[in-house]
Amino acid sequence: MQPIISITNLVKTYAGGFRALKGVDLEIRRGEIFALLGPNGAGKTTLINIICGIVTPTSGTVLADGHDIVRDFRAARSKIGLVPQELVTDAFESVWATVKFSRGLFGKPPNDAYLEKVLRDLSLWDKKDSKILALSGGMKRRVLIAKALAHEPDILFLDEPTAGVDVELRRGMWDMVRSLRENGVTVILTTHYIEEAEELADRIGIINKGEIVLVEDKNILMRKLGRKQLTLHLQAPLERVPPQLANRQLELTAEGTQLVYTFDTQSDSTGIASLLRQLNELGIDFKDLHTEESSLEEIFVTLIGGKR
Amino acid sequence: MNGYAIRAIYRFEMARWFRTIVQSVASPVISTSLYFVVFGAAIGSRIAEVEGVSYGAFIVPGLIMLSILTESIANASFGIYMPRYSGTIYEVLSAPISAFEIIVGYVGAAASKSIMLGLIILATARVFVPFEIAHPFWMIAFLIMTAVTFSLFGFIIGIWASGWEKLQIVPILVITPLAFLGGSFYSISMLPPLWQKITLFNPVVYLISGFRWSFYGISDVAVGISLGMTVLFMAGCVTAIYWIFKTGYRLKA
Ligand SMILES: Nc1ncnc2c1ncn2[C@@H]1O[C@H](COP(=O)(O)OP(=O)(O)OP(=O)(O)O)[C@@H](O)[C@H]1O
Ligand SMILES: [Mg+2]
Repeated sequence: MQPIISITNLVKTYAGGFRALKGVDLEIRRGEIFALLGPNGAGKTTLINIICGIVTPTSGTVLADGHDIVRDFRAARSKIGLVPQELVTDAFESVWATVKFSRGLFGKPPNDAYLEKVLRDLSLWDKKDSKILALSGGMKRRVLIAKALAHEPDILFLDEPTAGVDVELRRGMWDMVRSLRENGVTVILTTHYIEEAEELADRIGIINKGEIVLVEDKNILMRKLGRKQLTLHLQAPLERVPPQLANRQLELTAEGTQLVYTFDTQSDSTGIASLLRQLNELGIDFKDLHTEESSLEEIFVTLIGGKR
Repeated sequence: MNGYAIRAIYRFEMARWFRTIVQSVASPVISTSLYFVVFGAAIGSRIAEVEGVSYGAFIVPGLIMLSILTESIANASFGIYMPRYSGTIYEVLSAPISAFEIIVGYVGAAASKSIMLGLIILATARVFVPFEIAHPFWMIAFLIMTAVTFSLFGFIIGIWASGWEKLQIVPILVITPLAFLGGSFYSISMLPPLWQKITLFNPVVYLISGFRWSFYGISDVAVGISLGMTVLFMAGCVTAIYWIFKTGYRLKA
């Protein structure tokens, strides 16, 4: 299937001469949730702003649903909704007026029933007549989401949508993103909460210093780079790892009371069974055990860590 | 053509005006009344007729122009500077609209406001002095052209300004002096010959002269020249705006 967004060799050099994007190639699949991760200043917002028409690209092309974002900007932009990173709102407008404005701005005929649904889904309906300046930060963020959805976009960019949003609302927002995908909307989000990407994304892209470092299916990524750890809580503490086990990835922690075995989830045999047999032979007893999967966060830190 | 977008911007801008309608209308009405009290009654009573028109009536077109100039610039420059300053401009930039539609929305709204103000001042003036309008069609034409031209000019200032001070500086340092020296309160022919020549470099002279002609059939310069200068200035503003949107100057990084 044709990708909904395809970015080819995108370069952005800002006026001061700073190269924020150094030849980005990226394809976003129709209907997916794509999480773009990267440290501060990596170029996430720059990339999004170029696609949305707020920043002019230095070179390279972007197609949104087959439409060039520069030459065919009307067709491209009418499909895209953007929730910007910064909380920028008109202070004196009412919530209702501002979403109506957004819908009109994107060339859609009025549809109050649809806008009402959007506001209800975002728990903003009872605030519809409030002035935006009287709303809390989390509510303003949701107003921005409502504005972005007002013209029924096929592609939604969420630049750090849950920054400053409380835990409960964040979960609500995740549900909303998922239901958008169920309705066929492609969602591209950036976030610094890695568990958010882990929770939501179908695919993950990592950008660092203006370059895409990696794009991968989330599950494959977790499997490929993910390590599992088996922790054994020993009956009696050990001084050191017995020499018979020296060829294994073992580590003693918690003053010798815990034996940690790290293994690769990808390899065919994890070696757990043989390890347990060996421990039995050596007479090392344990009272409890548990396994842990490394999180996306650790993967991320490992990937970026060396390059920062 | 994205008609919904133009309407959205236009309504947004007008709503901003109506939220503060009392100040928006009261302040020009009050200042115009003061001008009449001071210039029309106090000073005007000592000045005889100017080219057959009573002094009170003579200053009406100039006063209207003065308000149109300052209000057009203030409204249009604020209208586009505010979203740039607050960051809400992102939405306009990301919308499927062309520069033309953006301008029709913002400049159209700013011009509408000043035209309404002009008419309000006209009505206020009528309370103080009796006068007739000789060429109503041309009066409206000059009113609209001036409002649009200076709204375009204000729009440019709003994009050029990189701070609140700069937003104020052009109206205060350039427009107000030019407007006062442009013959709002006197006829150019009252000046010494040298000043009469220098004054002709002031574009506002042509606007006021043309506008006054539409009232009383008297003018400092020929009406055709007034019209030509107005159109020329408008064309200059349109060219500048075309360049701004083509290069993304101060709008896009
Ligand atoms: N208008 C601008 N002019 C000059 N440099 C800019 C401009 N905007 C961004 N940059 C620079 O480009 C780089 C990328 O910025 P960008 O905002 O895209 O990062 P980001 O990945 O979104 O970071 P964050 O996670 O902090 O939001 C940064 O080094 C930033 O300083
Ligand atoms: Mg960012």
